[in-house]
Amino acid sequence: MSLFSDPRWGEALAHLPDYLGNHVRVSLAALALGLAVSLPLAILTRNRPAPRAILLAIASIVQTVPGLALLALFYPLLLLAASVTLAWFGVSFSAFGFLPAMLALALYSMLPVLRNGITGLNGIDPALIEAAKGVGMTARQSLVMVELPLALPVMMAGIRTAAVWVIGTATLSTPIGQTSLGNYIFAGLQTQNWVFVLFGCFASALLALAVDQLLGLIEGGLHRRSRARTALGAAGIAALVAATLVPTVGRSSQGYVVGAKTFAEQYVLSALLRDRLQAAGLPATARSGLGSSVIFGALKAGDIDLYVDYSGTLWANQLHRTDIKPRAELLTDLKTSLAKDNITLLGELGFENAYALVLPKKRAEALGIRTIADLAAHASTMSIAGDYEFFSRPEWAALQKAYGLSFRAQRQMQPDFMYAAVASGEVDVIAGYTSDGLIAKYDLVALDDPRHAIPPYDAILLLAPKRAGDERLQAALRPLLGKIDIATMREANLRASGNDANSSPDAVAKWLWGKVGER
Amino acid sequence: MPSKLAISYQHVTKSFGPLKAVDDLSLDIAEGEFVAIVGGSGSGKTTLLRLANRLIEVDGGIITIEGENVQSVDPVALRRRIGYVFQSGGLFPHLSVADNIGITPKLLGEPAADIAARVDELLGLVQLDRNAHRSRLPEALSGGQRQRVGVARALAARPRIVLMDEPFGALDPLTRDALGDDYRSLHRKLGLTTVMITHDMTEAILLADRIAVMRSGKLLAQGTPAELSNSSDAYVLELLRTPRRQVERLNALLPQSGAA
Repeated sequence: MSLFSDPRWGEALAHLPDYLGNHVRVSLAALALGLAVSLPLAILTRNRPAPRAILLAIASIVQTVPGLALLALFYPLLLLAASVTLAWFGVSFSAFGFLPAMLALALYSMLPVLRNGITGLNGIDPALIEAAKGVGMTARQSLVMVELPLALPVMMAGIRTAAVWVIGTATLSTPIGQTSLGNYIFAGLQTQNWVFVLFGCFASALLALAVDQLLGLIEGGLHRRSRARTALGAAGIAALVAATLVPTVGRSSQGYVVGAKTFAEQYVLSALLRDRLQAAGLPATARSGLGSSVIFGALKAGDIDLYVDYSGTLWANQLHRTDIKPRAELLTDLKTSLAKDNITLLGELGFENAYALVLPKKRAEALGIRTIADLAAHASTMSIAGDYEFFSRPEWAALQKAYGLSFRAQRQMQPDFMYAAVASGEVDVIAGYTSDGLIAKYDLVALDDPRHAIPPYDAILLLAPKRAGDERLQAALRPLLGKIDIATMREANLRASGNDANSSPDAVAKWLWGKVGER
Repeated sequence: MPSKLAISYQHVTKSFGPLKAVDDLSLDIAEGEFVAIVGGSGSGKTTLLRLANRLIEVDGGIITIEGENVQSVDPVALRRRIGYVFQSGGLFPHLSVADNIGITPKLLGEPAADIAARVDELLGLVQLDRNAHRSRLPEALSGGQRQRVGVARALAARPRIVLMDEPFGALDPLTRDALGDDYRSLHRKLGLTTVMITHDMTEAILLADRIAVMRSGKLLAQGTPAELSNSSDAYVLELLRTPRRQVERLNALLPQSGAA
């Protein structure tokens, strides 16, 4: 099948108005806010070397924070601010999606605007500033009529740089709940859908180029005193904004929002939940690619209405428990604790997605390893890889303690690449997920945990506080409870990891319902 | 009967750190006079000029413009009523010739139509072609044309006093000569008071009514060229000797001919 006849291009295109519109809105809002803050600061500090140096130092430090981290940092910060305003003024706001993304991106845009603004203003021939004074201009008139116009080319270059950075970095705002062209990239990377990854990259690159060219047109127009060019550039930007507003005007309430974390199983399950709600006549959309630290807060705050989490994850991350209880007891405790926050634990889906130590079946047999206890004897000559959070999670500490595990080396990896890495021998052992379809695909084995160091990770369905008494919602979801066993989920995940049209989360969700619905 | 004073410096001092740029200097300039201030670099002559329209503030002493102490006048209003010609033009590179010339009337809030008419009149006065030059940017002008625009800009708000900071220094000799002559006739025609800074004694002798010689912030001598030649100051005499020696050498080197 040729690359271009792939039906996933059509699927990607269908998402474009939504993703592009949100991307443009958050980028331009961030840029506007960044300019509104940075330009006055550049003007105010142009003759004050000390504050200028401090300002530039701060902006440079902000720039060194990776975009993903900066965006992620704003979420807890705003959650805190929202709880403060709620306590003091009785009003709260959503710390999810647009606001944190816009603020973080605005901060990100400041360095080039500040630096070029200050350079541009300081680079003006002092004789001209003297001349401005000499012909009778006030300081303000000198700024507006002489200094700013002369600094304009350098300032515009900074604004263009900022625009390109912001549009590029906005793709990273997906995990904090802001829909963007990054949704293609995150979803594509997680589900091995390279069409989506390419589409997202090209779309954001084209958008950045287009905005850069339009700003260039405005810059050229201002520089050559050509009203036509300036107007054309400004009209282009305005048209871009207007075009992105159209889809939102037409779209009424989003209805129920189904959240999903950033891995394939979650994409599939959120598509399944959305389909079930829609089948029950409830309007629903999926908001996928949310960071695992963001998603629970988003549910609690009502920014999303439901999602699937795992009992062990909540046990450790939300209840901050380090003890390990039997499966049923842990679920009961969890349900009680969540109820205090008005979160409904509707029930289990029927499978567990736990961490497991995984290695190739042949190697395990050759070494006579069947359990983690057997592995401990060989660990000192082996390397282990885990996802980005595994080695800082309590399970890892518990495993090390229970079995006296000590590996030669440990590495962090993108979860999708771990299985191939262990299969090819690049690492010896990985901390994989029990429901992952790749375990079967690569002929790997998940080791038993006889000392129960790893807590149970039942997939559970959570509902937001505002949906606590929503009978129609709960009735639509109940048919799923207890119906998805580990074998079915593994197969669904394996399908989702393929790189063809049948491997999209929507297609896999339909397949999954076909299997589950019969039961 | 001495005419009224246009500018008066009384015991004026100005220091930049340890350097005394202007040192207890007194000088009166009558209305309608053309005074040249001559001195080497670092003599304080530019500082003296800038003190008059408060581009620089005095440390001590009093400066009056048309009888008013400059310290009691709003500096912006003061600068709008005094024409100032900058060294090498000081034209705003992003503004057209017409916008450069019309800048001070615009700041004073004059109607656009009046400004346009005034710009055309001034282009004529400084002998630039209206239609060819009005909408050009300064970068498209020659050095001499730029300085003509600089003069036109200084005259735009009909000032009675014009300050000129080495206005013709960077020009080629022919342009310089023509521009000097043209300005001299404008000065007379418009009844201006002009203070011009120059390091060139020949230019000062040819254009000014009166010459003030500065050195190290002090006024060494002042008077008409003839009066200066009676000075007992060695530096002043040395300054005057240069043009004279040049004339003698030129006369010796160039054959006298009636071809001119």
